[in-house]
Amino acid sequence: MTDFLQLFFSGLSTGAIYALAALGFTLLWQASGTINFAQGEFVMLPAFMMLAFMNMGAPILVSFALSVVLAVIVLGWLFKRGLVDPLFKYGMMPIVVATIGLSIAMRNGVRAGFSAEAHPFPSLFPDKLFNIAGVTITMADLGTFAFALVLVLITQAFIAKTVTGRAMQAVAQNTESASVLGINVPRMIFYTFAINAVLAVAAAMLVTPTYLAKFDMGESLGTKAFFAAIIGGFNNSRGALLGGLIVGVCENLAAAYISPAYKDAVALVIFMVVILFKPQGLLGKKVERKV
Amino acid sequence: MQKRFAFKLIAACALAASALTGFAQQTVKIAGIVELSGPGTTSGTFFNNGAMLAVKEINAAGGILGKKIDYSSNDTQSNPGVAKGLTQKAVDQDVFAIFGPVFSGSIMVSMAESRRAEIPNFTGGEAASITQQGNPYIFRTSFTQDTAMPKVARYMSDTMKLKTIAIIYVNNDFGKGGLDSVKKALAPSATKVLGEISTDSGQIDFSAAVLKAKQLNPDGIFAYTNEEESARLLRELRKQGWTKPVVGETTLTGQKVIELAGEAANGAIGHVGLTVDAPLPAVRAFRAKYEKEYKTISDHNGMKGYSGMYILKAAIEKAGKFDRKAVANAMHTLKVTAAQQPGVLMDVTFNEKGDLDRDSFIVEVKNGKQEVTAVVPPLGAK
Repeated sequence: MTDFLQLFFSGLSTGAIYALAALGFTLLWQASGTINFAQGEFVMLPAFMMLAFMNMGAPILVSFALSVVLAVIVLGWLFKRGLVDPLFKYGMMPIVVATIGLSIAMRNGVRAGFSAEAHPFPSLFPDKLFNIAGVTITMADLGTFAFALVLVLITQAFIAKTVTGRAMQAVAQNTESASVLGINVPRMIFYTFAINAVLAVAAAMLVTPTYLAKFDMGESLGTKAFFAAIIGGFNNSRGALLGGLIVGVCENLAAAYISPAYKDAVALVIFMVVILFKPQGLLGKKVERKV
Repeated sequence: MQKRFAFKLIAACALAASALTGFAQQTVKIAGIVELSGPGTTSGTFFNNGAMLAVKEINAAGGILGKKIDYSSNDTQSNPGVAKGLTQKAVDQDVFAIFGPVFSGSIMVSMAESRRAEIPNFTGGEAASITQQGNPYIFRTSFTQDTAMPKVARYMSDTMKLKTIAIIYVNNDFGKGGLDSVKKALAPSATKVLGEISTDSGQIDFSAAVLKAKQLNPDGIFAYTNEEESARLLRELRKQGWTKPVVGETTLTGQKVIELAGEAANGAIGHVGLTVDAPLPAVRAFRAKYEKEYKTISDHNGMKGYSGMYILKAAIEKAGKFDRKAVANAMHTLKVTAAQQPGVLMDVTFNEKGDLDRDSFIVEVKNGKQEVTAVVPPLGAK
């Protein structure tokens, strides 16, 4: 039982990170009907932004704050204006293809600028161990889980409870009606991209001490987060959290009780099972087709 | 007027062609086919840097038998298929020798091409099977696992007196080769293997692997994974409160592993064929030159690339001509001392299979640095 709990808690921490990245998928889908296949690289790039600021001597939290500003400009505004807006009128597929291209470009750009080697990245949390009834939990595990959970809940609350959040939802549900109601549609869509950028920086800060800062760190993270978003429900932010945690925990349990060789297949298997029996995801809502 | 122009054009072309031919005669092409991206990035980059440093020095000193080296780096992306394609490309470009790939899985695939073209091929791969296939054109820049594992097995059994161990290995050609070799070397000893735990190349989370090892309750863990994964494994071991010995090979205690694992690397023990911390003048000189050139401390892969290039130089000089077959023949009985050729870093001998033998070291990571705790003599000296 102790071993099970050890794996469970360790998985929760990893799953919380998947959830943060998955939340990016669901937010963009809800706001603009877009799937961003560069989501993993959207976490990778802020990691290198923070690394660059830290190399200049800034403490980790200052680097985080500066990276948030930079990410909102680059991954929010520039991404929207440079890629999504021009392609939006051609439908979703060109955007999907363009984001795949963008992910390759971002990987190779960082590789050229920072070298292809992994770089160590400091942890936000102190190197402290807790031993509770035989289960070893690190401060980093606890902190990562708590931080991710708070961020997901704040995002959820912002979208559901505030006027701006509701306006964002209105835009997502029907752009034309929202426009008639006086909602500034482009601004609401930009807010979504900006929130996604901020979440990506937070995910980068939490994930990079484990993943190590490397140009291809976003590849597996992006894939897992994509599966997590679908498992939880692509049109539900809480679904991203649930999907992330399920993938994180199940991966760990499968690696220990079945074989580490199958660990990376776990997300895919759960994804397949879920879309077979509940295509809209565990917490997702059925969407009526517009005719 | 037109005739005169045509004559001038032909003359200019002839002059340019002769100049190019003359230039080509002054250089010898060597292709580096290395892991500059993917899971093997760390190993490939260091190996390539070491080779390039040696090329720079050799060229500055007048080249090999009067010819300068024209070295090119090619990225395999840590993909055996790409490595094979690049080797074929190097063959088409008529290179004199090939350096790399470093990963065992890649060289196992790519060396068929260099063998077919009879081009000497130097690898950083340590899987025992590489040189067991009778390829006369394959040469190592580091120990085979069949040389290294008996040394580390003897250390665990005789010096550390470990009664039981669990083995955590990476499930690829390199890892499986090492697993087989260490098990074979430990079989007659007092150290028993309680379990073998497989992990993946590029694996991020080692919590399950460490938990499995803890459940076996061994006296120590033998870890045999690539550099980045070694760092993650060491961090997970520390996280789960593992306090017993962690022993490994070169990839457990390399400089990059120490940098990535931080505090968690302290206490790790490794048998290393090459270390920049070896108390030898040639090695110390190499360390300083590498650090000056690349602003970082080399790991064993940098030493492999560097010493490998000087070993090729020694073989060409022994053959006395740029003849691939003659150089390959010279390699098979090559004995070079660091006194004659400081670039080889240590006295080294090659056997008929292309395997090398030389001194090696036991190191322990203390306060974030490798410390050499013992020098292990060549296996052939025993």
